[in-house]
Amino acid sequence: MRVHFTVNGRQHEADDVWEGESLLYVLRERMGLPGSKNACEQGECGSCTVRLDGVPVCACLVAAGQAEGREVVTVEGLAAHAGQRAQRSGGAPARSEGGQAALAPIQQAFIDAGAVQCGFCTPGLLVAADELLDRQPNPSDADIREALSGNLCRCTGYEKIMDAVRLAASRQGEAARR
Amino acid sequence: MSTHDHTPPGAATGPAGPPPRARTRKATGAPTGLTQGSRARGGIGESTLRPDGTLKVTGEFAYSSDMWHEDMIWGHILRSPVAHAEIVSIDVSGALAQAGVHAVMTYDDLPTDVRYYGLEIQDTPVLAHGRVRHHGEPVALVAADHPETARRAADRIRVEYRELPVVTDEASALAPGAPVLHPDRAPHGAHPNIVHRQPIVRGDVGAAARRADVVVTGEYTFGMQDQAFLGPESGLAVPGEDGGVDLFVATQWLHSDLRQIAPVLGLPAHKVRMTLAGVGGAFGGREDLSMQIHACLLALRTGKPVKIVYNRFESFFGHVHRHPAKLRFEHGATRDGKLTHMKCRIVLDGGAYASASPAVVGNASSLSVGPYVVDHVDIEALALYTNNPPCGAMRGFGAVQACFGYEAQMDRLAAELGMDPVEFRQRNAMEQGSLMPTGQRVDAPAPVAELLRRVQARPMPPERQWETTEGADVRQLPGGLSNTTHGEGVVRGVGYAVGMKNVGFSEGFDDYSTARVRMEVSGGEPVATVHTAMAEVGQGGVTVHAQIARTELGISRVTIQPADTGVGSAGSTSASRQTYVTGGAVRNACREVREQVLRMGRRKFGTYHRAWATAKLLLEGGKVVTDAGEALADLADVLGDEAVEAELEWRHRPTRPFDPHTGQGDGHVQYAFAAHRAVVEVDTELGLVKVVELACAQDVGKAMNPLSVVGQIQGGSVQGLGMAVMEEIVVDPVTAQVRNPSFTDYLIPTILDTPPLPVDVLELADPHAPYGLRGAGEAPTLSSTPAVLAAVRDATGLDLTHTPVRPEHLVAAALAAAPGRTARN
Repeated sequence: MRVHFTVNGRQHEADDVWEGESLLYVLRERMGLPGSKNACEQGECGSCTVRLDGVPVCACLVAAGQAEGREVVTVEGLAAHAGQRAQRSGGAPARSEGGQAALAPIQQAFIDAGAVQCGFCTPGLLVAADELLDRQPNPSDADIREALSGNLCRCTGYEKIMDAVRLAASRQGEAARR
Repeated sequence: MSTHDHTPPGAATGPAGPPPRARTRKATGAPTGLTQGSRARGGIGESTLRPDGTLKVTGEFAYSSDMWHEDMIWGHILRSPVAHAEIVSIDVSGALAQAGVHAVMTYDDLPTDVRYYGLEIQDTPVLAHGRVRHHGEPVALVAADHPETARRAADRIRVEYRELPVVTDEASALAPGAPVLHPDRAPHGAHPNIVHRQPIVRGDVGAAARRADVVVTGEYTFGMQDQAFLGPESGLAVPGEDGGVDLFVATQWLHSDLRQIAPVLGLPAHKVRMTLAGVGGAFGGREDLSMQIHACLLALRTGKPVKIVYNRFESFFGHVHRHPAKLRFEHGATRDGKLTHMKCRIVLDGGAYASASPAVVGNASSLSVGPYVVDHVDIEALALYTNNPPCGAMRGFGAVQACFGYEAQMDRLAAELGMDPVEFRQRNAMEQGSLMPTGQRVDAPAPVAELLRRVQARPMPPERQWETTEGADVRQLPGGLSNTTHGEGVVRGVGYAVGMKNVGFSEGFDDYSTARVRMEVSGGEPVATVHTAMAEVGQGGVTVHAQIARTELGISRVTIQPADTGVGSAGSTSASRQTYVTGGAVRNACREVREQVLRMGRRKFGTYHRAWATAKLLLEGGKVVTDAGEALADLADVLGDEAVEAELEWRHRPTRPFDPHTGQGDGHVQYAFAAHRAVVEVDTELGLVKVVELACAQDVGKAMNPLSVVGQIQGGSVQGLGMAVMEEIVVDPVTAQVRNPSFTDYLIPTILDTPPLPVDVLELADPHAPYGLRGAGEAPTLSSTPAVLAAVRDATGLDLTHTPVRPEHLVAAALAAAPGRTARN
């Protein structure tokens, strides 16, 4: 079958898709977007978290055909997505020195806080954490833990992921106040 | 590096790596090959950020499962559904007849007479030959144009199994007439199903026991833990025009893989070119081969690039696990709280193949006393062959199981003596100069008592943190969002533990690493390139090795080359050894480069300033400076358009094997120490545990990168927490089949299961190690499990002897009392 959907603001289509293929497989193997990860392929680890019409989902549990005509945001589009959000709220999207869209605040915070080790869980955690900050700019620690409880990380023990989300929230707050 | 022109996208390199090669379709980023131009100096001791951080947060970092080639096909492995059987026949015709299938291979299709591999003992068949010895053993391979086609074709292979009786524990494995797992292996103990055995005898246990005022015995069992790294076993094998193969794979040790792969393929080592793809965690689970040989076989058979990616179900069968163990201890102490003697027997279940079992036995026995002074010991550790899943390396490697046992014993002794458990430990704590049970003197700082003091001195987390003005916040309670309690039946407990782990490969192993360092001018600035075969698995070796180069060479721009087999072995990314050993190699290669640069400078500029001949010269801030701080020349001017390069091997001081009968010998390189305090809350009605805080103090010798080392300590602590309260591969005792090979049924801690993790880092330099550093990755995994168990015992008053603790252990008494119910362990 052929499927069409929007990924990170761009229209994509894929041909010869077998009906049993997941959205994750089509993103990774047919659209050249391997950022969403394949750690369990049964919806337990959250490494493949993407936003489907704004809602965080495990792309491994979504049949590719279910995404037909819908909007998908993956980790590859997170910086642009966060930039648009900043623009809507009146701020200017962060730009790097070269002029391209800089990292999303949550991406930069993960680097700065040491929340990345092997990094395999990172794309899914970033999408989930960005979605949290989207709807709840000042989450409590318990809110962060609840929002990210569907994303497994085996390297960090989560402490620096907590630090990163707190850091991104505070930087986002500062940017909005400016 | 390969000269082959088929390059998967992941093999292309990032900024400042070698340029993408011909016919690369799309560069999606690279695991390494990164220049970090740090504004800060970025030398050792700084919390320099990861050079691969940006690629990892943008999704561009290419992991082994992201490898891609436009002509690639997919490999799949058919595995045994039973644990022990004779293979009567295999019929692959159904698979071959399926459209889209390129090849099917069984044992009979292997290209050479070398058909077995293994880390220490070559006992593992590449594909099963006439017999399968464990559930999930590889039987046949399929290559097809779509992964689902390959899976369906594998389903059409008809294998007739004649099941054999299974051996699953010490009693069945060592029974007279028990099926022998490896009848061709020379006996290595009293029974052919013993893989390895190590006794350690020191002092006079009998006499010492008579001096004991209290004697405590205990039997403990430790479940089978999985590494549960998130990046599944995967990679891409690309056949070369020269008959060789290029393999892009996630592993912990490229050269160990190469040594095992090439003979099976019938290729000389130089025709198997391996490049490290991005590694999604390892924790010991990638020491053994998984899909490496299988992908290469299919690529060479079909002439096409072959990608294999395990799913999580297969991953549980695709790597070894941590050895489950039965441990029996006897400890004695005098009334004033001094240990008199220790006897123990540790039985490790090695499963169907040897893997790293011999070395795990060496650790379990030599570290079974823990960080305590006990002059009289009688120790025996052994590993068995059984039909259970093969077990081998996992973070902590034999020391973890022992620590769970001896720390439970310390609490029992303290209770027996009416002493504070921390004080009792401190009275017996080893220090620098103490003797190991192997007779080895601990000749570096061993701040055991101080580590315990620090975790004990921390303020306690507040009580009843779940109480809010709007009622109970269930997220802070045992059971969490299941909303099982609002605080009723919840009690708190506190537990302590301390452990010790050897660093580096032990028992006489030639444990070296190789580094190649090059310095040249690029864009008017001196740049160093560091090339090693070190597997970056997430631990941050790429960060630390660049820091070392900056410190040694006095420059800010350092490129870490992709790890491959184009340079000598770096040894394994395990045993907490890469910062130490490859770090030592990088340091010395940098120092050799520095000497060459200074010779070049003297040649070019020596006549202009006498300090070139008379002063001690350093490289700092991109210049040659005297130790008095006078700048003599820019490195850019010294180098001109020449490059300076050095490659060398580096070894830590040698170790010796343990005596096979007495266990005596200087077997270890270095020891690492960590202590934990766990605070838990237990819902005693439902048997649910919430860890409220897990504090750690660890001596790291030198915090090469404080941010990273704290990350290692926290990550290791939480793997130990998982082992305490949830992680166990359940193997059916009757069929030896794995019951829970999924993240639905094998649970690892989520962020909701994980408490705040305060960390206290000590830096007491080890005079024998580069920069005084101490391998840090494993020690925190040891003591966190027994600390949590001690806290649960403290909360409940129960005498818990199995880890992980399960709800039924905590409510066993209530279950037994319930009408019509029988409590089972």
